[in-house]
Amino acid sequence: MSSPYLPNTDTDRRAMLREIGVSSADELFHDVPEKFRNVRFKLPPPLSELELKEELRQLSNHNANLDDYVCFLGAGYYRHFIPSVIGHITGRSEFYTAYTPYQAEASQGTLQTIYEYQSLICQLTGMEVSNAGMYDGSTAVAEAALMACRITRRDKVAVLSTVNPGYGKVIDTYAKGHDIPSEKVEPNLDGLASDCACLIVQQPNFFGHFEDIGAYTQKAHDMGALLIIIVDPISLGMFKPPGNYGADIVVAEGQALGSPISFGGPGLGIFTCRKEYLRQMPGRIVSKTTDVGGQPGYVLTLATREQHIRRERATSNICTNEALVALAATVYLAALGKRGLRQVAELCYHKAHYAAEAIGKLKGYSLVFQQPFFKEFVVCCPVAPSQINEVLFKERIIGGLDLSQMIDNGMLLCVTEVNTKQDIDRLVEILGAL
Amino acid sequence: MSHHYLLPDISQAGKIGCSLPPLDVPPAGLPPNELLRQGLELPEVSEVELVRYFTALSKLNYGVDTGFYPLGSCTMKYNPKWHEDVAKFTGFTSIHPYQPVDSAQGALQLMFELQKYLAEITGMSATSLAPIAGAQGELASLLMVKAYYQARGDKLRRKILVPDSAHGTNPATAAMCGFETISVPSDSEGNLDLKSLEFVMNEEVATLTLTMPTTLGLFDPQIAEISQLIHERGGLLCSDGANLNALLGKVKFGDLGFDCVQLNLHKTFSTPHGGGGPGSGPVCVKSNLAEFLPSPLVVEKEKGYTFTSPAKSIGSLGAAYGNFGVMVKAYAYIRSLGAEGLKEVSENAVINANYLKEKLKAYYHLPYDRTCMHEVVFSDKRQKAQGVKTLDIAKRLLDFGFHPPTVYFPLVVDGALMTEPTETESKATLDAYIEAMKEIAREADENPEILHTAPHNTPVRRLDEVAAARKPDLHWEMGSQKTED
Amino acid sequence: MNPKEYKYTREHEWICPDSEDKGKMGLTDYAQDQLGDLVFLDLPATGTQVEQSKKIGEIESVKAVSDLFSPISGRVLEVNQAAIDEPQLVNQDPYGAGWLVRLELSNPAELDALMNSNEYDKFVAGLEEESE
Repeated sequence: MSSPYLPNTDTDRRAMLREIGVSSADELFHDVPEKFRNVRFKLPPPLSELELKEELRQLSNHNANLDDYVCFLGAGYYRHFIPSVIGHITGRSEFYTAYTPYQAEASQGTLQTIYEYQSLICQLTGMEVSNAGMYDGSTAVAEAALMACRITRRDKVAVLSTVNPGYGKVIDTYAKGHDIPSEKVEPNLDGLASDCACLIVQQPNFFGHFEDIGAYTQKAHDMGALLIIIVDPISLGMFKPPGNYGADIVVAEGQALGSPISFGGPGLGIFTCRKEYLRQMPGRIVSKTTDVGGQPGYVLTLATREQHIRRERATSNICTNEALVALAATVYLAALGKRGLRQVAELCYHKAHYAAEAIGKLKGYSLVFQQPFFKEFVVCCPVAPSQINEVLFKERIIGGLDLSQMIDNGMLLCVTEVNTKQDIDRLVEILGAL
Repeated sequence: MSHHYLLPDISQAGKIGCSLPPLDVPPAGLPPNELLRQGLELPEVSEVELVRYFTALSKLNYGVDTGFYPLGSCTMKYNPKWHEDVAKFTGFTSIHPYQPVDSAQGALQLMFELQKYLAEITGMSATSLAPIAGAQGELASLLMVKAYYQARGDKLRRKILVPDSAHGTNPATAAMCGFETISVPSDSEGNLDLKSLEFVMNEEVATLTLTMPTTLGLFDPQIAEISQLIHERGGLLCSDGANLNALLGKVKFGDLGFDCVQLNLHKTFSTPHGGGGPGSGPVCVKSNLAEFLPSPLVVEKEKGYTFTSPAKSIGSLGAAYGNFGVMVKAYAYIRSLGAEGLKEVSENAVINANYLKEKLKAYYHLPYDRTCMHEVVFSDKRQKAQGVKTLDIAKRLLDFGFHPPTVYFPLVVDGALMTEPTETESKATLDAYIEAMKEIAREADENPEILHTAPHNTPVRRLDEVAAARKPDLHWEMGSQKTED
Repeated sequence: MNPKEYKYTREHEWICPDSEDKGKMGLTDYAQDQLGDLVFLDLPATGTQVEQSKKIGEIESVKAVSDLFSPISGRVLEVNQAAIDEPQLVNQDPYGAGWLVRLELSNPAELDALMNSNEYDKFVAGLEEESE
């Protein structure tokens, strides 16, 4: 049977082969040495759409999903409310079947939405410029570290110990490429090397609470280093934008802005910086301009930073990024608007505090940190968190992240606007019974 | 026209584009004031206006679903719709990477099988699905090469070789790994110049990175000799797998002598391009490099699957496991095609490209008049005599309703028009494109002015890129951007 | 076409001494024409020591980056802020208002190694023939 994705028939192919002057497709592979051609591939036999949909449905049913299970797990990937309007816009094939907007006249849809994205992100973070997005939060901060090294002409990176350890690992991978040491520093900044290119911090930090960023900014700038802050974009509905902390580069994971968790990918690397560093910023950037008739329009710009022009001297090798996820973030921020985003942040804040207070009162449980927090907090449990999570799972609840390798019997719990009072009360009840 | 306004222009205080539930728990005390933001200036629009706005913008866009999109080396093939539907199953979208591994066995099984299929398709031993895009896959390849030589105590190999036709990501990636890039010239046939290769290949070179077929769309028949030369002198052979669509189901990279290859699921394996992503760039290696693969790998355990990190892994490339949502679609594609179906893809892709070549070579200069693979490169040499450039040809194609091919790449061809039709285009579409190109060639002779001022029929025309680069306007502003402390 | 009093490099820079040991440098008309509309100039800071034929900065158009080399050894006295603000000055008037850097020459004898305007004219003519 013909493939639905191969519009040519045998008749078409015969006619084309005749025009080309060969009698079979295989003849067109004559530059490939014979012994390498037409080898055997051991792959399962093909199935129809009908059969495969059923197989894949069964595969997907082998996963405990967060619609069926109540989730109190965060640690960088968050279950937030996703308004339906987003999927209907990103599902328009003019958006998702297009590619990089190199031919601006045919891509004004993509280009204008990226301009909107850049604008919304600047409004949200209080930073001066944003790019069109990078792979995810962890690679965004890794690229930020390399950017800081280029700007300061130094080759050492400092990462606060309260930064997401998963992000720390990615910073290590990228830094190792350049043989740049990446050093972990405690919040008291003891032993911070004075020749660091940057200090990388997270607000709220990996454990969910806020730190005194102002002190970090001061110290970093006194040393001639850049301050890089990783933020939670939802928190910015309520909390001080990092631009106001004097940050030089601000990055974030944008999955929370209207995209499902999707087992950790695709995500979105939000990346912003001060205007003076614009030409060192990696990633694509869109500018507004005018056309030959004076009409407003949008183009990719400052391409001389990128790989296709500057090659080995490029700011990064990044090419394809996460454009469709950035579009989802754009629609999300536009749909919620100033009041909606504030409301979501407040819902997270109050529900998380309600949960924390109740759990903190349970016998055997205590809150590990006293600082103000947003939607995540660390609890010290009476028994191993892994044990607790097993019990919770049987109750169709996904518990918090087991932190016992960092904090004795520590568990990082997350509460968002999708967790109801009943969800929280049930969690508290089960924890109390242990 | 719709594109003349932006969100702030339709924003009005009090509007909102979705509904949220009220707070159902007693409110907690607020944190100290200095932590809070004093104002948030974002546009406020209703869902109706939002939908109309983005719908209007989508109509200004040209995608594969709109028409022919022959961007060279991008493989803009049709994206099967049922892939989009299965990727949206809740069991795939609503799973957390850190939830218990035993509660995500469906996802791990899919990843395990995909690892296996990609290794089989490329003729390699092992796969890591971790890289989030092709360029990150290239980064993984070179970091592995670096780790390989470091593990052997070989400190001399600080250079990599690339052909002069290489994509910009190749030298950019090399720089990210501390390698110096040496460019190897191509000969007059468009193949790698073996004499030059022999001259530069020595104990200071870690690897030769080859796109195969090359960015000229040509298969270098010297591949066995190239592989032998590189390996004899202690080097590794890496492939930038961007052009796999020419070899799918027909030739294995491993057989050709490659030690590693990075793939682009959003090109060869039909996952959508998304306007610039999300993509996915898995890397496949022979056994000599397997211990260096980026984390994590999915392996079988007693009952089911789990994640593991290879002994000498180059490390993590992201905070989770790669672009899982994209992997689902590639998996669906491979399962629906099977080995025979994959072979039909490459054969049809190569037929289509050669057909274009034969029909257009009388009208456009063909720098390499030989059998091409899945893409063909023309140049503007003939039209330049009339003062018409590749840019003009590309812009005029827009008037005919076609997306232009890739322009001005590869750099080894002056005014290159790198054209990749893919296998999902019909002869009728190709004939229509050929007619348009013939008409443009006629216009170059008879009426070049219409080309210099093209496009004429698009919503915007010849945007001022110079002004954008000199005085970039990168965002609108609303209210006071910096809120009070 | 190319000013007679200037001296030229093979990298298409010019230098015009205005006293025994000081002079302005810039890009030739051929260079600005080849590069197209310039969008950004990356010039060295005042006080920087420079060496003949070594890279001192970068010149960007929309689609290309070119290295800028110093025609002589010495020290940077001044850069042309007007050209930095409006790079099109270099396209419009490369030998006058579009000058790039004013240098102090540490070794004026180095000028002898450069081409005079006749030699440069021939050099450019040769390049243009090659590319046909």
